[in-house]
Amino acid sequence: MEFLVASGVGVMSAAGTYLLLRGRTFPVIIGLALLSYAINVFLFATGRLVIDQPPIISETATGYTDPLPQALVLTAIVISFGMTAVIVVLALRAYLESGTDAVDIDEAAEAETAHAEDPANDRAQSPGGVA
Amino acid sequence: MNHWIVVPIVLPALMAPFIVLTLRHDLWLQRVFSAAATVALLAVTIGLTVTAAGGTPEVYELGNWPAPFGIVLVLDRLSALMVLLAALLAVVVVIYVISSNWDKRGRHFHALFQFQLMGVNGAFLTGDVFNLFVFFEVLLIASYGLMLHGGGAARVRAGVQYVVVNLAGSTLFLVAVGTLYAVTGTLNMADLAVKVPLVPAGDQALLRVGALLLLVVFAVKAALVPIHFWLPGTYANAPAPVAALFAIMTKVGAYSIIRVFTLAFGGDAGEDAWLAADWLLPAALVTLIIGNLGILGARSLTRLVCFALIGSMGTLLTAVALFTPAATTAALFYLIHSTFAAAALFLVNDQIVERRGSAGDRLVTAPRIANAGLLAGLFFLAAIGMAGMPPLTGFLGKLMVLDSARGSDSMDTIWAVILVTSLVSIVGFARAGSLVFWKSASIPGRATPERPLPGLPIAAAGAMVAGMMALAVFAGPVTGYLEATSASLYDPSAYIDVVLGPERLARQ
Repeated sequence: MEFLVASGVGVMSAAGTYLLLRGRTFPVIIGLALLSYAINVFLFATGRLVIDQPPIISETATGYTDPLPQALVLTAIVISFGMTAVIVVLALRAYLESGTDAVDIDEAAEAETAHAEDPANDRAQSPGGVA
Repeated sequence: MNHWIVVPIVLPALMAPFIVLTLRHDLWLQRVFSAAATVALLAVTIGLTVTAAGGTPEVYELGNWPAPFGIVLVLDRLSALMVLLAALLAVVVVIYVISSNWDKRGRHFHALFQFQLMGVNGAFLTGDVFNLFVFFEVLLIASYGLMLHGGGAARVRAGVQYVVVNLAGSTLFLVAVGTLYAVTGTLNMADLAVKVPLVPAGDQALLRVGALLLLVVFAVKAALVPIHFWLPGTYANAPAPVAALFAIMTKVGAYSIIRVFTLAFGGDAGEDAWLAADWLLPAALVTLIIGNLGILGARSLTRLVCFALIGSMGTLLTAVALFTPAATTAALFYLIHSTFAAAALFLVNDQIVERRGSAGDRLVTAPRIANAGLLAGLFFLAAIGMAGMPPLTGFLGKLMVLDSARGSDSMDTIWAVILVTSLVSIVGFARAGSLVFWKSASIPGRATPERPLPGLPIAAAGAMVAGMMALAVFAGPVTGYLEATSASLYDPSAYIDVVLGPERLARQ
């Protein structure tokens, strides 16, 4: 089971990291989601892998599983869910407003500079340059 | 228990939903309540700082659960200083936002602003690593909203980058927290300080991985090279008062590094003593170089300010990385200075950009700015403060950093880098200032339309410059407080005792 959990975390992290490094928002968001899944499983495993044991005190229990990582995972799930929702909305708005879903903003900056260096604009901005 | 400790978190946490739920249709009511809450916050934090200056740290057990089982807030000199600094900055920013009508350009500014304060204060006060993560997320999610305030394609695109970088950072934070928990079985900072020296040799590697991952996460917040790249794009595209408020966000990263790596991985940590030093020092020096080169190379005034902020984080973290009491005193002094200087520059810059017409913040000659004298003067003062020239605090701060580096192994490198980069930044600021104010003034032709300088926004920007002056004048008493702060950081037994030890039992 250790091997299964460990390789699951590893594969998801690898895939998530790869997608995170892509240049468009959709794969980046999927990558972030995969990474957060991997982290959730990882956090769960930090309390050691225990099967069929209760996390709270009970009279019939023969042993316990660590309840703290479970609380951490719950918090992490809620937060990553909220954050994913935020970034989905944000990416959608960025796409609608700028017409591209590239994460890199250099192109946009270049487009702006090109616009600013347009001769018609330039004249209005720096009379010194015209003279 | 002293219930005032939780007020800096609870007050904004209540005010924000109150503003959203009941005042959302009335901007003026929002302004009144938000400003009043911020001023009240300042009053409370002044009280807390006076309490903390008394000496012993105070602990607040949330839900009355004793540490390490419950989450605690700890008020010591360092956290009191940080919440006071945040509240001071917040008051200035809220005045600027209201008087310059920035809050009219989008919705819910004040609610997000209060949530942001809640996250920042929480991060400063908490004594638990996982709770630190939660407050990081609170301040981040509010900062996403603030950064996007007012909208616009460029801002939203920059926002996507900012959010992605920080989500990746949060993921790393969780890995670090998980690893630390797996090795030590605790996440309470004081308890970590007790458990770290006891970790068996076999788990040492894992512990170091967790600790250094935590350093990476804090370095993302502190904009340390090589993970500084998100800052210029984000801050340059954020609304100016928000960028000024974000000057405290980089300090959250610096604070976390100081707190965790002196308490849990400090002198008592056995094999892991001063774990961060070897990695932090080179990164901080490179940050210093890149930030100041950026000042020289920036093509817009806003980016220039962003790079100046990165450069100042370099100076600050260089002092932190030395990990001696004298250096930490210098670092804390520089931290206060850097917050004021960056905020002043962002606010002055906003006023300049507003008056430059279509030239905006680009560093080009443009029609001269009507009645630019006061603005130019403020920019000049803020710039010499940031660059580290006398008589303002940048000079004193850098002097303290240089002085504290004496006797360190890498003294030559540190002195050379700080002195040369200071020169570079002076040249960069001089170039920008003369281009915007003097060269533009020499262009014949009409000036930009005459507009009276608005009183309150200029006063807000001036207040930050005045803050630097006051800090320079009162450097003696402030340094006294900071020396006591770093002395207690390097002898954390009082902190640990009050959270875990006999004093806790005595309190109950």
